Amino acid sequence: MKRAAYWAPYLQVTPLALVFLVFLVIPIATIVVVSFFDYNTTQIIPAFLRQNYEELLTSPVTWQTYLQTIEFAAITWLITFLIGFTIAYFLAFYVRSTTLQTVLFLVCTIPFWTSNVIRMISWIPFLGRNGLANMTLMQLGLIHEPLEFLLYSNFSVVLVYVHLYTLFMVVPIFNSMMRIDRSLLEAALDAGATGWQTLVNVILPLCKPGIAIGSIFVVTIVMGDFVTVRMMSGGLSASVALMMANAMSLLQYPAAAANAVILLIVVLMIVAAMMRLVDIRKEL
Amino acid sequence: MATKPDIELVALTKRYGETLAVDRINLRIPAGSYCCLLGPSGCGKTTTLRMIAGHEEVSDGDVILGAENITRLPPAARGTAMMFQSYALFPHLDCTDNVAFSLKMRGVDKETRRGRALDLLKRVQMEPYAKRLPAQLSGGQQQRVALARALITDPQVLLLDEPLSALDPFLRVKMREELKSLQTRLGISFIHVTHSQDEAMALADIIVVMNGGRIEQAAAPREVFNKPASAFVARFIGGHNVLPAAVARAKGEGEFVAIRADRITLQPGPAPVDATSISGVTRSVEYLGATVQVGIDVAGLEPLSAVVPEARFDANPVAPGQPVVLSWTPKDVHVLGR
Repeated sequence: MKRAAYWAPYLQVTPLALVFLVFLVIPIATIVVVSFFDYNTTQIIPAFLRQNYEELLTSPVTWQTYLQTIEFAAITWLITFLIGFTIAYFLAFYVRSTTLQTVLFLVCTIPFWTSNVIRMISWIPFLGRNGLANMTLMQLGLIHEPLEFLLYSNFSVVLVYVHLYTLFMVVPIFNSMMRIDRSLLEAALDAGATGWQTLVNVILPLCKPGIAIGSIFVVTIVMGDFVTVRMMSGGLSASVALMMANAMSLLQYPAAAANAVILLIVVLMIVAAMMRLVDIRKEL
Repeated sequence: MATKPDIELVALTKRYGETLAVDRINLRIPAGSYCCLLGPSGCGKTTTLRMIAGHEEVSDGDVILGAENITRLPPAARGTAMMFQSYALFPHLDCTDNVAFSLKMRGVDKETRRGRALDLLKRVQMEPYAKRLPAQLSGGQQQRVALARALITDPQVLLLDEPLSALDPFLRVKMREELKSLQTRLGISFIHVTHSQDEAMALADIIVVMNGGRIEQAAAPREVFNKPASAFVARFIGGHNVLPAAVARAKGEGEFVAIRADRITLQPGPAPVDATSISGVTRSVEYLGATVQVGIDVAGLEPLSAVVPEARFDANPVAPGQPVVLSWTPKDVHVLGR
């Protein structure tokens, strides 16, 4: 009886521990192990070499690619934050009826009924050289020749990121906003705060946890993305994950693994920095 | 400020669609008085307070402070300050910044506003907690910070929305005393919304009893207690027995009379009944310390009660289920207007 009581808590955590072990710990451990392996054009050879890391870190291409990826993440973060905060603010504070709130919220999720890739591809006929956007602008006489930057450029990459991931910002910020006691807004009004002052001094600070959670979603997704960059930049831009995908297509698994380990460390550092700024535990 | 202003409500009305929340009320609150808006929930007292504060749009009528019509002014421009029911302290700011908030909104520089905030925190004995966040304070402490925050703008009227309802009973009595002494010291008007008659009796210079969006009576506590204007007031304020005038054989206009429960004399056992007595059956006996409250059922009337001093009860005890005779003197019969 006593023995059973002693083991019970361990048994209770076993299922979750197993899930983490099989789907998280083992894969990551494998990647770390493989990142030290040797390889040639046809096979990977068990070994313990630092060569993969050395080659990676000494190559200017790596640094450029990382910078490019971080730039994508930063721009996407800024735009999704601005749009996401605005939408969340509208839903939380302007829409009075709960029914309308729910309806509008569902409207926001409609794009998620189709796959990421389809939503991405659907931009191509719109943005292309002879696409809807260019044709319309030309027929309106606003431009005389097609705008080249619309498709297969950093512009189109960021556009699609924003399209795909703004909702990840909206949801946690909206959640934070809904937890703000409405009497705080009246108290601010009573203290003579203007709408803008209330926003800056009351709403924004109280939304920090939601902003942090949304930021973690957006930044980690963009940092690890390769499909969007491949499809929307037409091969003109690179991202870290695309670099890995290329390495893998050449069967250079250890090189890709080393890159993955470094990316993981970079992303973890970014997330850690955000967590230091904001205590998100309140929100969980 | 040379003269402190009176506050006056003129035919003040609030409609929510078809429903009338506040129905053309008129009220004058003299400067420097403690006014309690008292009534059951949904009687319009909070709506009235919020209209004075400017947090609720006025459908009709005016709010006048001194010589100025403040009906359409924004809350911060009215010379009123509001203390919210749940205190509404900003959870992300420490006590100092909470108190200094309105000065910050006016662009007062950091040093000045912090110094001023500390002065106010000192006044409510919260100075040692200046660096704490609201979540680290007890209910009573939060209330003091909220008070300091409301007072930093030097309001002429302080509006309090059920300020004591979130506190435990012991603290409630203590804070009640503090509110009253603060009001006396500051000499400004306090308008305090409550549903507790004890609170209103203890604090107010003027009690405004509201029901169904109207004022039933606005008078000093003693007058409200001794001369309730209506059956509603007599019932709500408690300590009264409301009887049909015919039963008490009272002369006068009204349909009902009120007799204070502590003016009723109890006699156990069946006894002959005359013009100033009635017989019933003891329903309950509650020992309250100095007094004993006896509940009595009388056929055809609402439940009555008598409050008897302990010694007198012990001399003539009654037990639940026993027949009993209640008697009173004619001068204790108060005829109710409505």
